[in-house]
Amino acid sequence: MLLSLKKRLKKTDWLLLLLLAPGIIWLVMFAYVPIAGIRMAFYNYNVFKGFTGSTFVGLQNFKTLFQGADFPRALRNTLIIGGLQLLFCFPFPIFLAIVINQVRIKFLGKLTQTLTFIPYFISTVVACGMVVSFCSPSTGIINLIRNFFGLDSIYFLVQAKYFRAIYIILNLWKNSGYNAVVYIAALAGIDEGLYEAASLDGASRLKQIWYVTLPGLMNTIVVMLILNVGGIIKVGYETIILLYQPSTYETADVISTLTYRLGIVQNNFGISTAAGLFESLVALVLVLLTNYASKKFTESSMF
Amino acid sequence: MKAKNKSGNDMFQGMSDRIFNIVVILIAIAVCIVALYPMWYVLIASFSRPFYVSDGSVVLFPGGFTLAAYIKAFNTDSIWTGYLNTIIITVGGVAVNMFFSVTLAYALSKKELPLKRFFTLFVAFTMWFSAGMLPLYQTIRSYHLTNSHFGIMLSFAINVYNVFILKSFFEQVPSDFEEAARIDGANTLTIFAWIYLPLSKAALATVTLFYMVSRWNGYFWASILMTDDDKQPLQVVLKKLLVDQTNLVDAETAITPDTLVSGTTVAYAIIVVATVPMLVIYPFIQKYFKSGVTLGGVKG
Repeated sequence: MLLSLKKRLKKTDWLLLLLLAPGIIWLVMFAYVPIAGIRMAFYNYNVFKGFTGSTFVGLQNFKTLFQGADFPRALRNTLIIGGLQLLFCFPFPIFLAIVINQVRIKFLGKLTQTLTFIPYFISTVVACGMVVSFCSPSTGIINLIRNFFGLDSIYFLVQAKYFRAIYIILNLWKNSGYNAVVYIAALAGIDEGLYEAASLDGASRLKQIWYVTLPGLMNTIVVMLILNVGGIIKVGYETIILLYQPSTYETADVISTLTYRLGIVQNNFGISTAAGLFESLVALVLVLLTNYASKKFTESSMF
Repeated sequence: MKAKNKSGNDMFQGMSDRIFNIVVILIAIAVCIVALYPMWYVLIASFSRPFYVSDGSVVLFPGGFTLAAYIKAFNTDSIWTGYLNTIIITVGGVAVNMFFSVTLAYALSKKELPLKRFFTLFVAFTMWFSAGMLPLYQTIRSYHLTNSHFGIMLSFAINVYNVFILKSFFEQVPSDFEEAARIDGANTLTIFAWIYLPLSKAALATVTLFYMVSRWNGYFWASILMTDDDKQPLQVVLKKLLVDQTNLVDAETAITPDTLVSGTTVAYAIIVVATVPMLVIYPFIQKYFKSGVTLGGVKG
């Protein structure tokens, strides 16, 4: 017993463990120590005194959070914006990839891919800056177009009813090309013979898409869906924090932006951590559920 | 593809396929225009006089060409401070990223790693469950890493997705090289540095670019961790200039056709100045980026 342990220790590649060490130590320090910090959610946490100077309050923070006026609104907005994202921003890159794949002018296909990919490299801040400039009531191009047709200028960013549309359009513009890449690669892998066979059977191009292209993409779609569903609850808070304002909280404030305001703006660490934990748990459950469902119905899954 | 008319004499199908082709081409052209135009508009408006921007005559080309907005933008000191800070954070940060990610990915890719399953799960778990914003913020504060370039480099040293991209590349390297080197007496570190790294150049380039883009464009954490004005990276500076649109031009006087510059045109010029570095390297990185996106997406 002792001998075999000795043998194993001798055989162990210590240099390999040396290479492993920095990454694992980093993960402990910057992923697992924060996870341990989730304890804050159960304390009346005092920023200056740490845990020793704070009192354990059980689920009080969650109670305060759930009963607060902002939480139901943030939850509703998260689900709506996440749902809209899934409805528009998830399928559009698939559509885009199919268009790029089906265009019979090679140059145009390449150009479409290149041009739609560029906005991904524009930072969120700059993209939001463009939105602010374009939506300006006096000099923004959108209102200039409205004026041209004799319509009055609208201050889009201060009216709650426009926020979600702006958010979704910005996302479509910025990320569709990037998100299409994985589908374009999958499409390139579909056997040409399948198209030829379908064509010989008299299938029109549209039918070929339905019977050859989409089934060939199914695996990729499922994997991307699983990756995206967890993200529903964690909608892009960077964009929202940059673009929302008190007058649009009604439609724009989501759980992550609420977490940010509670914690970093208002220094309410306990309640903010509780909100973050709620979000992380829902995300985890969503990923596991989609994975389970896709295993059951399509035989593709992540784990 | 070549076979599109093999089913041949069916006139109707030939017709419908031609219509299909035209529709697809039209959609592609429309998509190109929608993708490009916002950027094009920013560019032409930045070279125009404010009068023509606000009367709507700047549509395809600049109106009343001027470089005044750029002169104003270049004279904004905070942009240069931001640029400098961003370059420091990007160069140093990517080096830190690569050191931590590559070593971890390599170790995880090896069959001989003791407790391999445990360590892999230990790493992967952080992808599916994160502590959330506040605990991470509090942790970084407790390490006294706020308001420091090194702090932000270290605090975001690893993106687990990138580690898994690198890991699967390392796994594809044939083991023959390693076995041969072992016989010659090479140790693990030598093999890692002299065999695996040179053979994985494409993967290393891809992941370097992923990290570069996220460092260069990173806003949120920099905005809450870097509270000193002189340490803030470009994106934080841009937020004040572009989103809050404060202090761009001292006073908005009445705009005439002779006015050379306004808050709006300066904002457009700043957008161009801030975005050009990423777009200039874009053609070079497009190739690598695609291979990385594909692998990352498929392997999760």
